[in-house]
Amino acid sequence: MFMFILRRVFFALVLLLAVSFFTYMLFAMLPSDPAALTCGKNCKPDVIAANRIRLGYDKSLFEQYWLFLKGIFVGRDYGTGAAAFSCGAPSLGYSFGQHECVTTLITQTFPVTAYLSIGAFILWMLIGISSGAVAALNKGKWQDRAASIFTSIGVSLPTFYIGLLVLFSVVIWLRILPFPSYESPFVDFPTFLRTMILPWLVLAVLSAASYTRLTRNGMLEAMNEDFVRLGVAKGLTTKIILRRYVMRQALVPIVTIAGLDFAGLLGGAIITESVFSLPGMGKMSIRAVVESDLPVLVGTTMVAAVFIVVANVLVDIAYGYLDPRVRVK
Amino acid sequence: MSPDVVLSVRNLSVVFHTPDGDVVAVNDVSFDLRSGETLGIVGESGSGKSVTASSIMRLNNSNTASTTGSIIVSGVDVLTAEEDEVRRIRGSEVAMIFQDPLSALNPYYTVGKQIAEAYLVHHPKASKSEARLITLEMLKKVGIPNPDKRIDEFPHQFSGGMRQRIVIAIALINNPKILIADEPTTALDVTVQAQILDLMKELQTEFKMAIVLITHDLGVIAEAALDVLVMYGGRIVERSTVEALFSEPTHPYAWGLLGAVNSLGKSDRGALVTIAGSPPSLIALPIGCSFNPRCAYAMEICTAEVPSLREVGSQGSVSACHLPDDQILLLGRKAASL
Repeated sequence: MFMFILRRVFFALVLLLAVSFFTYMLFAMLPSDPAALTCGKNCKPDVIAANRIRLGYDKSLFEQYWLFLKGIFVGRDYGTGAAAFSCGAPSLGYSFGQHECVTTLITQTFPVTAYLSIGAFILWMLIGISSGAVAALNKGKWQDRAASIFTSIGVSLPTFYIGLLVLFSVVIWLRILPFPSYESPFVDFPTFLRTMILPWLVLAVLSAASYTRLTRNGMLEAMNEDFVRLGVAKGLTTKIILRRYVMRQALVPIVTIAGLDFAGLLGGAIITESVFSLPGMGKMSIRAVVESDLPVLVGTTMVAAVFIVVANVLVDIAYGYLDPRVRVK
Repeated sequence: MSPDVVLSVRNLSVVFHTPDGDVVAVNDVSFDLRSGETLGIVGESGSGKSVTASSIMRLNNSNTASTTGSIIVSGVDVLTAEEDEVRRIRGSEVAMIFQDPLSALNPYYTVGKQIAEAYLVHHPKASKSEARLITLEMLKKVGIPNPDKRIDEFPHQFSGGMRQRIVIAIALINNPKILIADEPTTALDVTVQAQILDLMKELQTEFKMAIVLITHDLGVIAEAALDVLVMYGGRIVERSTVEALFSEPTHPYAWGLLGAVNSLGKSDRGALVTIAGSPPSLIALPIGCSFNPRCAYAMEICTAEVPSLREVGSQGSVSACHLPDDQILLLGRKAASL
């Protein structure tokens, strides 16, 4: 088991290195001059030239990439003399659009994304699994049909549509909630809740749809298994059969997909954050795209990649615990 | 009901409602099972034998199947009893062994846990360590080597034959009066089949239980059963002792089954005799005797009237055939001597 984890972690690191290389190269090859973006329209050529040298954009691409990699481990100093500044390790570069170290920007925006993701994740697992279970237990009845309508809506309607619709009806039309304006939960908890409740619900309900389907089908499939029949023949109560036999089996794919979905969300819920103007990593990424703020994009991509890769490793390990048949000795 | 009858099935009919129409899987089946007896039920796929077996524990899905008649176990009619009452009977009075041991065990729990679980559900006051001791004891009885090590292993770590032993251990942990074995050896290698049958016989004597042995294999019947029901198209077509079935079968379908058995002692002209045609669709059973399209002796009445069971011959056999008694006995002895 230890060797298995070690091997997985090693390959995860190789994968992250590859991701960092390709993202860096891809963004560096975009037809925009990072140095020219460091100041406004009336920028003088000598300022641009000075900035280019200070931020290291005068060096070759591979050298730039090397400095970027090195910065992650030892931090990075920019320029010399009075204009010099540095981004401490782990440095993901310097945003010339926001004049701030990318790592600092991410530590500022990530908590918002994390609060959104965790809240939505808990809600959507609750909604998805319970509605799927109700549908499976009432197969063919109205509950099942209602769940199937819910899944179709959830799967086919995009977040920006539902998000805006909810925002319009609840905030502007019915005025149940004030217009969302994000506050840290440690500063003003009620405002935090009032802001987060809608994005949580929208994200949860839409993501829950596929889990409803997954749970329903997984349970129905499990109910046809011979070992469930044997459980009934043993005289076990329905509750025990559902928990130890049916749900136990249905849960395996759910945990796998949930791990990856959650990790993906932590990389930034771009649309939800934009619709509800939450200052999270997703919104920052969108702004970086619009402003061609390459260091921020590389930084957020790296963070998202780390979450996905880590989730993959965790899911693989969890899988061994969930299903003894694939357990590594 | 005489005192040693542990299971009494009367006029059992099971109808499955499918989108293509109603399927009569079991039609007016009645039989008794006495304590300690082994009753074989034999027939082709779709003859209704497995559905009969699962009805005894009320395992048929009540949404798709309607079951009528009565099944009395320890004075309780399983078909009409409350769910709690049926659950009390399942596993403690009546236990079941399934055909495929590879899929019958829950892959997510150790075999020890699954056996102990069956014990604990009917002994709510027992402690877990107590259940574990009894489980170990049972693993020894069903012939699992190194039980104290293997008790904590998962089903996939066992071979097919060993898994069937585990399933038997689960079935017998509560000392049931009736064991229903639904094709218990079909999925196993021939050598393992014999071991499992021997084990079942051995445990039957020890636990003094009655066995309903469902199979399509006459060899298994010959080895293990005392009395035999032959089923065809959802009905019982012949009921007899094993000796009578092999010496003087009383139904054309049984003749066909005997003819299709391969054995070393068979005349050297060799080729197996098969029953022409295929089993009937249960949605559209032939009118009259269900076997008439495949029967070499079918008469006019066979396509009009369902034959009722009547005693034929001196060995107490009961047959549902329109042929006259003397002809049945003649043809039966001929079929048996082939």
